[in-house]
Amino acid sequence: MYMEINKEEIFRTHRAQKFALWLSMIGMFMLFASLSSAFIVYTASGVDKGIKTILPSAFIYSTIVIVLSSVTIHFANKAVKKEEFAKQKTFLLATIVLGVLFFVLQLHAWSVLIDRGIYFINTNASQSFVYIFTGMHLAHIIGGLLVLIRCLIGVSRKIPYIRNLYRMELAVIFWHFLDIIWIYLYVFLLLYQ
Amino acid sequence: MSSTAITPEASFQDSHEEKQSFIKKYVFSTDHKMIAKQFLITAIIMAFFALLLSILFRIQLAWPDKDFPVLEFFLGKWAEGGRIKPDFYLALVTIHGTIMVFFVLTAGLSGTFSNLLIPLQIGARDMAAPFVNMLSYWFFLGSCVVMTASFFVESGPAAAGWTVYPPLSAVPTAISGSGLGTTMWLLSIFMFIISQILGGVNYISTILNMRTKGMDLWKMPLTIWSLFITAIVGLVSFPVLVSAVVLLFFDRSAGTSFYLSDLVIGGEILPNEGGSPILYEHLFWFLGHPEVYIAILPAFGIVSEVLSINSRKPIFGYHAMVYSLMAIAVLSVIVWGHHMFVTGMNPFLGGVFMLTTLIIAIPSAVKAFNYTATLWRGNIRFTPAMLFAIGMVSFFISGGLTGLFTGNATIDIQIHDTYFIVAHFHFVMGSASMFGMLAAVYHWYPKLYGRMLDNQLGYIHFWLTFIGAYLVFFPMHFMGIDGVPRRYYAFTEFPFMEKWVSVNILITWAAVIAGLAQIAFVWNFFYSMRNGKKASKNPWRATTLEWTTEVKHIHGNWEGEIPTVYRWPYDYSKPGHPDDFIPQTVPHSETMSSNLLQDFHDNEEAIKIQKEWNKENNRVESES
Ligand code: HEM
Ligand SMILES: [Cu+2]
Repeated sequence: MYMEINKEEIFRTHRAQKFALWLSMIGMFMLFASLSSAFIVYTASGVDKGIKTILPSAFIYSTIVIVLSSVTIHFANKAVKKEEFAKQKTFLLATIVLGVLFFVLQLHAWSVLIDRGIYFINTNASQSFVYIFTGMHLAHIIGGLLVLIRCLIGVSRKIPYIRNLYRMELAVIFWHFLDIIWIYLYVFLLLYQ
Repeated sequence: MSSTAITPEASFQDSHEEKQSFIKKYVFSTDHKMIAKQFLITAIIMAFFALLLSILFRIQLAWPDKDFPVLEFFLGKWAEGGRIKPDFYLALVTIHGTIMVFFVLTAGLSGTFSNLLIPLQIGARDMAAPFVNMLSYWFFLGSCVVMTASFFVESGPAAAGWTVYPPLSAVPTAISGSGLGTTMWLLSIFMFIISQILGGVNYISTILNMRTKGMDLWKMPLTIWSLFITAIVGLVSFPVLVSAVVLLFFDRSAGTSFYLSDLVIGGEILPNEGGSPILYEHLFWFLGHPEVYIAILPAFGIVSEVLSINSRKPIFGYHAMVYSLMAIAVLSVIVWGHHMFVTGMNPFLGGVFMLTTLIIAIPSAVKAFNYTATLWRGNIRFTPAMLFAIGMVSFFISGGLTGLFTGNATIDIQIHDTYFIVAHFHFVMGSASMFGMLAAVYHWYPKLYGRMLDNQLGYIHFWLTFIGAYLVFFPMHFMGIDGVPRRYYAFTEFPFMEKWVSVNILITWAAVIAGLAQIAFVWNFFYSMRNGKKASKNPWRATTLEWTTEVKHIHGNWEGEIPTVYRWPYDYSKPGHPDDFIPQTVPHSETMSSNLLQDFHDNEEAIKIQKEWNKENNRVESES
């Protein structure tokens, strides 16, 4: 007794899943929006509050790196559409490497801040917030990297084309989103440095 | 139409029902109907746990000077000498509130019925992402387990109230519950939020993308509308609680000072400086207020449906019902400040929050009037589900009226943190949402388990619970007006409160009786699963799609093609039709004798055909 399901229904399911991804990005955006408004309210609560330092230059490098990674994943996506799987693999790998590099650079920025005496444990919580922003973003980056690795495993295992394409599509949306969130956070912090 | 036999590639992998292993079918199921049952049963178990906790603290409130040795037997060091310890009392109210609000009225209500009804009522084979849907349940179960487990740690569960305000919750050494118990509370709620987001994105996406042919938005039952709007509210507000919880976690465990300042504990000055507990309150209530609507909105939808079906009348003001749901949802995210009138907020800001708060009364009143108008001159069937639905309307009105008092900043300054607030929210949420949920369980039980619940037990359950809840919560208003504060352990220490102890005894007895009445429900629920009367396909003679599926559950819901929808879901007692209901799947061409010209909106062609038919059959054209 095989259930009969027409193709249309499967495509519809895929579309719905993609839509769900967009929705969850709204949720994640709300998280960062609420953190930023908490930061604004907190920072306005006294003249001794605020970031009170120039942001480490590591943040500039990490921004460049993550933008680059958005470009490479774009190419990976283009490759898969043309069914050039070797190219897709290379670009995916490049994206993952850049993602890891981004991660490392953020951690490096933390160590720069610590060297300046700006600790997470701080009576000026505006400075703690810098760690919260970057840390929460990194938590999402870990998720993003897992998604990318899953794509990579997918191509390597030669999963059916449709699924490969579909996985890539979701991964690209999510990775661009992480990129944009970081740029938002960076600009936000720049405005308050 | 091209159909293909599905290979394991496709989304619906386990079509071979007989071959499914037990684990796959009952434990790691991705079928929305099974997940709905999992949500429901977990929530029922948690609800009983929370009910038990409430009976414990009610005993303390009624007989603060008596010893109950049996308590020591069960609770050990938390009730030495048979008397509940103050610390434990606080833990009891905290966990009671948390479980009821989050696990029962959020996950249990919208989790269960979104899962059950969304695919069935819009005509979909399953959720958009069944696997993610399954994860949603497992995160929920995980959070229940962690919360329950906090009773078994040395320092006891969290005890700072269901809102876990800092500094009490943020300083691990403050009271014993502030220790590991609060960390576990935070972990549990964190998992719960993930569960809600995973579920919510699925519900929204399924409703928007997977409706069957003909099911446009304005043909959706109000249950779907309400679950849809609930999920949206949850999606924008739950992530904010993540922020609140994460910052709180670091304050507790790492030593940051987001919420803490100027604290001295046991003569020792804490290093945390410069934070503000008010910041937490803002973050918490930005979720907290929408959260109470997350609990009531699905109940609104359910009650609309149940009232209409059992009055054999269309719901009064379908569009107004939808728009009022939307208005409530939008307003609910801009009123959170009404929980903070006494935090020293700028009076102007307080005024703004007061205004937005009181405006909510308007769409709420629209709903109350429409429910009443639906009942008006209906051909009412008093099924247990119907009684619970009517009960919900009653509690919503009683509790909504007190909202007008609490919403007034000048009055709220008097009654804030008194029993008046406890009375308010137990009517409007504790009782109203709970009754909505019970109405849904009685109504959709045949869909869940293929059998009927016993009516007699249902009536006993309803009347004892209904009267019990009024007896429990009504007197609390007067206590609150007299200034009796909530969350106090014993009233005997304050001469002006002593007179209320006698009232507390009444309340406790009422609570015990209402609590015992729930046994009728669980017995009914579990006994009928195997022994109830077999349900027919459409036991309530309802119009919606879930009743077109077979009684026996199959993966994918409909054997063949998914039915097409032609009309709105409230064609009850339509004049000119022989039956008192017309399912959504019946095209207008089969109901020429009852069609109204407005049924065709602006479809000229159809109107012409109908007019011709009317003329041939000597049918008087009616416009209304
Ligand atoms: C006309 C509509 C309503 C108004 C004007 C209103 C107003 C208020 C106000 C001002 C408070 C804060 C009182 C205080 O702490 O001093 C409050 C508390 C509360 N309300 Fe309502 N409310 C309304 C409807 C609802 C509904 C529909 C629900 C739930 C379904 C609800 C659930 C609660 C809860 C749970 C609390 C107590 C929170 C706590 O402190 O633990 N309210 N309400
Ligand atoms: Cu509120």
